[in-house]
Amino acid sequence: MAIFVDKKTALVVQGITGRDGSLHAQLMKEYGTKVVAGVTPGKGGTKVHGIPVFNTMADAVTKTKANTSAVFVPPKFAVDAIYEAVDAGIKLVVCITEGIPANDMTRVVQYVSAHGARLIGGNCPGLISPGTSKVGIMPGSIVKKGNVGVVSRSGTLTYEAIWALTQANMGQSSCVGIGGDPVNGTGFIDCLEAFEADSQTKSIVMIGEIGGTDEEKAAAFIKKRVSKPVVSFIAGQTAPPGKRMGHAGAIISGGSGTAEEKIRALNAAGVPVAGSPTELPELLTTQIKKLKEKAAKKAARQAATATKKTSAKTTKAVAKKAAKKSKPAKKAASKRR
Amino acid sequence: MNVHEYQAKELFKQAGIPVPEGAIATDVPGAKALAQKYERPVMIKAQVHTGGRGKAGGVKYAETPEQAQILSQAILGMDIKGHVVKKVLVTVAEEIVTESYVGIVLDRETKRPVIMVSSSGGVDIEEVAAKTPQKITKLAVDPTVGLLEFQARNLAYQLYRDITQVRQATDIILKLYDLYWKYDASLIEINPLVTTPLGDVVALDAKLNVDDNALYRQAEIVAMRDIDAEEPSEVKAKEADLSFVKLDGTIGCMVNGAGLAMATMDLVKRYGADPANFLDIGGSSNPDKVVAAMEIILDDPKVRAILINIFGGITRCDDVANGLVTALRTLKPPVPVVVRLTGTNEAKAKKILSGVDLHTADTLDDGVKQAIALAGVPSEPAEGV
Repeated sequence: MAIFVDKKTALVVQGITGRDGSLHAQLMKEYGTKVVAGVTPGKGGTKVHGIPVFNTMADAVTKTKANTSAVFVPPKFAVDAIYEAVDAGIKLVVCITEGIPANDMTRVVQYVSAHGARLIGGNCPGLISPGTSKVGIMPGSIVKKGNVGVVSRSGTLTYEAIWALTQANMGQSSCVGIGGDPVNGTGFIDCLEAFEADSQTKSIVMIGEIGGTDEEKAAAFIKKRVSKPVVSFIAGQTAPPGKRMGHAGAIISGGSGTAEEKIRALNAAGVPVAGSPTELPELLTTQIKKLKEKAAKKAARQAATATKKTSAKTTKAVAKKAAKKSKPAKKAASKRR
Repeated sequence: MNVHEYQAKELFKQAGIPVPEGAIATDVPGAKALAQKYERPVMIKAQVHTGGRGKAGGVKYAETPEQAQILSQAILGMDIKGHVVKKVLVTVAEEIVTESYVGIVLDRETKRPVIMVSSSGGVDIEEVAAKTPQKITKLAVDPTVGLLEFQARNLAYQLYRDITQVRQATDIILKLYDLYWKYDASLIEINPLVTTPLGDVVALDAKLNVDDNALYRQAEIVAMRDIDAEEPSEVKAKEADLSFVKLDGTIGCMVNGAGLAMATMDLVKRYGADPANFLDIGGSSNPDKVVAAMEIILDDPKVRAILINIFGGITRCDDVANGLVTALRTLKPPVPVVVRLTGTNEAKAKKILSGVDLHTADTLDDGVKQAIALAGVPSEPAEGV
């Protein structure tokens, strides 16, 4: 089944006439995504790689029945593009744009959730469900269809992990890049919840980094609600405090948001953390095996107690039945007396 | 971006938040002249982009202009956590009755601006938060509605009982919230907010951090940038549109993507050495950027080997390879260079780099190990990572 994007995804690319929007519209189309429309105000009526371009999102959605949008417009206009998409009835907005002011994001995320829509990003590589659909900029060449769910705050680091999985013949159900900004839409927990519910996904790789407390929250969620094997990698163990490490959200502030804290929280939730992204496949294999053995043991234990209980129950029931049966006989006997 | 205290105070003053009279001095006679002009005891405050100025001796009380002269002499040129003091703020010393804290920060958890107030001001608020969190009152503001007057008043009541002081503080909190939005702040803070013997509420300090992503619409803030107060290599990197943070190790790193750049640094540490820097060349593969990145790494005399780690997705490996050839030809790096290129156009890249004097690695881990071996540094034991 995969999560968030699949065969039913009908995509509109916002900012399709720009350099990045145009290139990735083509790459997404080549990958097999149904790219049904593009939007650039003032360019309505034209075509980009055979994709019809509209002036407004409302037009694009009415005329093409698009249900998903990818935002490639520059940071100055990206927030407006998200509002426009949601207003036009889009239910999944994937914002690739990097550099959106965080305070603007605090307002737009409220608007998105109030309208029952989902936002992924900003500042994210998007997502891909191998073999069916990709929305964003992840290279289609490195993925392989399978049953590992991948969720990450990073771009190229995710590619590194996906590539390692693919080389180990561990294909992916969906790979979601949630973005590196301090305030974004969909978070780790939303993705974990979706992977847990998705029948195609059998195990999960979660890639985090310094800054904020999302990984700690995710660890608590995994402990309570995720039954599938999860392994992790956390980037930034050597990052100095108070310095923004490329991503706007990757900063240790006031002593919180360190890699150590995150690794400790994950380990406490039973999630092993790899020392290198290239070690993720091996770690995941071990973890899957471990959980299987645990489940098998548990099942065996349950079966054993169940048999005991059933046999005990049966004996009692038989005895009762026998007693019941014997009563009328006694009565009869007494009558006879 | 951070602005200095004196700059933030100027913005506070314009907004109607009371601050003590003060001005900036860049030399000792200037500081003395200001103290003479105010005809009152003054505070001499180092203007540097780092916390803990007070503890480092960068904030002093001067009773007389002569004392101001001696103290500013000591503070100007002082090194505070690697920041040399080039300016001091000379400001009228207020008599203090109470010290409180008021701050607004972008809270990632609630995805809202959170206002924090505490009657324990004048000290490190992070310490207060860690040790006595009950002394801090927090309010997450709905960014679509804004801060309401009653909310500000309720917060003010956490600080004062006297109604005139509550009114003053309410006004200050509302104005601070307006400034937070006006200047796209990620943090705006008054520590301490004091009361004087006359009962006035005054902001003795001012801190403002502005979201870098919003600088395109903050010309007034950009004009306040103090390039002198920033790390020169980081300034140079910014000009080349590179994301760079200087560190203390010996392995120079050049990577595409922030997450992968951090992971590369972590692996350097894991295999027994220390990274010299964080450097993300970004998604585009402009060869000029590779040259600029190499130049910045080589400016650091501590660097003993350079590790280039590129995972080509959008970035094309052949573009990076072309940049690399130019960089090696023009800069002639005196240290070994290890390259790991994989992904889009990898084969083309390898062709371009064949015959070029550098070391190649197929995997990330292998690249890191090679760079460390070539650097030949006796590795210090890793610190408990």
